[in-house]
Amino acid sequence: MASGIKDKVVIAGMGCSRFGERWSCGPDDLMVEAFEEAMTDAGLERDRIEAAWLGVFFDEQSTGKSSLPMSMALRLPNIPTTRVENLCATGTEALRGAVYAVAAGACDIALAMGVEKLKDTGFGGLPERTKGTFEDLYLPGSTAPGAFAQLASAYAERYGYSMPELKRAMAHISCKSHDNAARNPKAHLRNRITEQQVLDAPAISYPLGVLDCCGVSDGAACAIVMTPSMARSLGKRDLVSVQALQLAPSNGVEMGHQSWDGTHTLTTPLAARRAYAEAGIHDPRGQIDLIEVHDCFSITELVLMEDLGFSDLGRAPHDVLDGRYDRDGAIPCQIDGGLKCFGHPIGATGLRMAYEIYLQLLGRAGDRQLRGRSGQGPSIGLTHNLGGIPNRNIASVSILGLLAA
Amino acid sequence: MARAAIFEAMAWASPPTRAAARGARAIGNWDEDALTMAVEAARSCLERAAGDASDAQVPGSVLFCSTTAPFADRDDAVVLCAALDLAEHVETLNLSSSLRAGTSGLISAIRRADVPALVVASDARLTRAGSPQELSYGDAAAAILLGPPSPSALATVLAARSLGSDFVDHYRMSGADFDYALEERWTRDESLTKLVPKVVADLLAAADRGTEAVRHFAVPASAAAAKRIADACGLSAARRDESVLAECGDAGSALPLLMMTAALEAAKPGELILVVGIGQGVDALLLQAEAGVLNGRKALAQTLAHKRDEPSYVRYLSHRGLLDVDFGMRAERDQRTAHSVAYRKRDALTGFKGGRCERCGTVQFPQSRVCVNPDCRATDTQRPYRLADTRGRVKTFTEDWQAYAARPPYVYGNIEFAEGGNLLMEITDIDSGELQVNDAVRFVFRVKDDDRARGFRRYFWKATKV
Repeated sequence: MASGIKDKVVIAGMGCSRFGERWSCGPDDLMVEAFEEAMTDAGLERDRIEAAWLGVFFDEQSTGKSSLPMSMALRLPNIPTTRVENLCATGTEALRGAVYAVAAGACDIALAMGVEKLKDTGFGGLPERTKGTFEDLYLPGSTAPGAFAQLASAYAERYGYSMPELKRAMAHISCKSHDNAARNPKAHLRNRITEQQVLDAPAISYPLGVLDCCGVSDGAACAIVMTPSMARSLGKRDLVSVQALQLAPSNGVEMGHQSWDGTHTLTTPLAARRAYAEAGIHDPRGQIDLIEVHDCFSITELVLMEDLGFSDLGRAPHDVLDGRYDRDGAIPCQIDGGLKCFGHPIGATGLRMAYEIYLQLLGRAGDRQLRGRSGQGPSIGLTHNLGGIPNRNIASVSILGLLAA
Repeated sequence: MARAAIFEAMAWASPPTRAAARGARAIGNWDEDALTMAVEAARSCLERAAGDASDAQVPGSVLFCSTTAPFADRDDAVVLCAALDLAEHVETLNLSSSLRAGTSGLISAIRRADVPALVVASDARLTRAGSPQELSYGDAAAAILLGPPSPSALATVLAARSLGSDFVDHYRMSGADFDYALEERWTRDESLTKLVPKVVADLLAAADRGTEAVRHFAVPASAAAAKRIADACGLSAARRDESVLAECGDAGSALPLLMMTAALEAAKPGELILVVGIGQGVDALLLQAEAGVLNGRKALAQTLAHKRDEPSYVRYLSHRGLLDVDFGMRAERDQRTAHSVAYRKRDALTGFKGGRCERCGTVQFPQSRVCVNPDCRATDTQRPYRLADTRGRVKTFTEDWQAYAARPPYVYGNIEFAEGGNLLMEITDIDSGELQVNDAVRFVFRVKDDDRARGFRRYFWKATKV
């Protein structure tokens, strides 16, 4: 009987580049920036790393294929490297690869790197891409905001909100993330905005305006993972362990079957349930101190509060407006600014979320450090990615926590 | 589009057109062409035929008549058949190169009366900005099903005659965008009022009927010219429909068939209808209305009433490719078609067939090896299931201003089919603010993408509000 991943692997060092429109940097520069920080943090020699995973999504736009761009940029000592790609869950996939390798005993120390260089396209928003040779012949040439915006039309109808009511809660979500990012020197968008500015912003995809959408950013983030005993042998005291790493991909129901109502992500509750079980969490609302979710758009964050079990179905707009997910709320969400404002370099995003939880658990989050339920600092954090679009996606949920001494 | 809107935009260049700026001309949406309009007309025709008779005749032959067929070398009629879900053994013919193509198609089908034939005439002719044709032409299609006598028949064909004459009143070289038209008065005096009476006389003699017996005269010419032709033919007393030219415009090869439809919708059983086609000669057919005209169906009147006004002349120019609008870098997306995929999936793409699981009954698109129903997931249990003629409901939607669209915003959403199943689909013929969750939709065959780099156009089905 498999026992899961809980506490078998710890994160012994992390790095994250500044996110933003890094016009003067390529993917190699961004990876080196994150890697240098992580190695310093871990206090490790580069040649101690035994295997590495690279996560990058739009390889066409930046790195090209394979894991070689990482192996070459970091001049790794010809160790086994693997490139993974699972839409916007790519960064978390890289972490999963590295963590599983250590948990399996295949190696003691592994690297998970995520990078994305989006701003070499010459236009705003995400690059264009094929959806598949057959799919291109029948699916609309949709955009990410257009695909996610539909959650709002269906949600408002299903739960009886007028669009202005729903939009107000969505605007609160965006403002909260801007407020949080203002305390984060590595965030892409650090300006504060008002709800009225969100409501008045130019339309992108009904009902989303431009301030309902996350930043399109360049960046990299990475983690050094190892066995707890290896970490202790390196002199580490406070250890952040991986308590759960779960994934739930669509199998076509949302795209092809009438049972999905279009108001939520079908996969997130599945990934969350498995992750809570793996981590031994029975009361997520009471046990989890902070969350980093896939807020690619304001409406996504809103429905995810229900998908992850933090709000009751149909109640997220009220909880959001009541401040439950604000910095001083019961469950702070996107304390680093989230995809919305820290930015969303796709391959790096999952690792950027882990980076923030890691800093918060270790009390190293600077101006944005949370005190946690106990007042002694947070002890359990959750990250969530939603790769793809509500119609077909990959949900990942990770739980990180302080390892009991 | 109101002709006045065209006149307002172009009067600076062609003030004499003021008199012609009354009524409206039909223009297709950006995703319509002669082929998609033909599909729509044919669907309407076959649906009505099926509604009128339990043993409706199934076409064994399909004739696609157009001077603006999208492909010079690809059988448009085969695409038409596939979109209509007709059997692959149906004979296909393409008639082109003359505005007589529609009536010639009718005559050809009558002469080969061994199998029921579907004649579809469709034209969407480009017109140069400021030209008289810009005001007078219209985009339209008409479809007529011919077959052995039946109780639900609308009319019987009594006789048909043709005459060829290389009279060049207008022409368009292969590959050219626009017609080059000569003076109407010359055409009227030297061709129309001389050749048409000759063929009409032959036709009536062949049918052994006198001019006084003809109650309806469908002649594809302007109201003024039509009156002179009628006078020259001795058919002054016959009724001439003016609604098609006034509210749709000159639809090229489809015009005589549209006028014939107007006559059938006005005719009483037993009345004679004389239909003329003109283009480097004259076709003429004499029809006798039958009891079927009492079915109460008014396809033409309904189509003319079911319209959306296009207020923007500039947008119309863009849709027809007559204005090079900067749609940004997203419009640069490569639209290359993997033709081996398109062929493999032709039933899904052109016939809009999904699959229906024989085990659990779930309808799904596309048909797949393993059933999508999470409670079933059986392998190889699906049979083809056509979705084109079903209805759907808008489950979710958005108006996307970021995506490239020829007519922003790009509207799409999850459509739930009445029989079950779901598909993320483009929604067409809709403007911002018009769509709501739960709206009912039907499905139409439209242009999906134009691959400008390789000169290929691909089609798929879209949802449109009922």
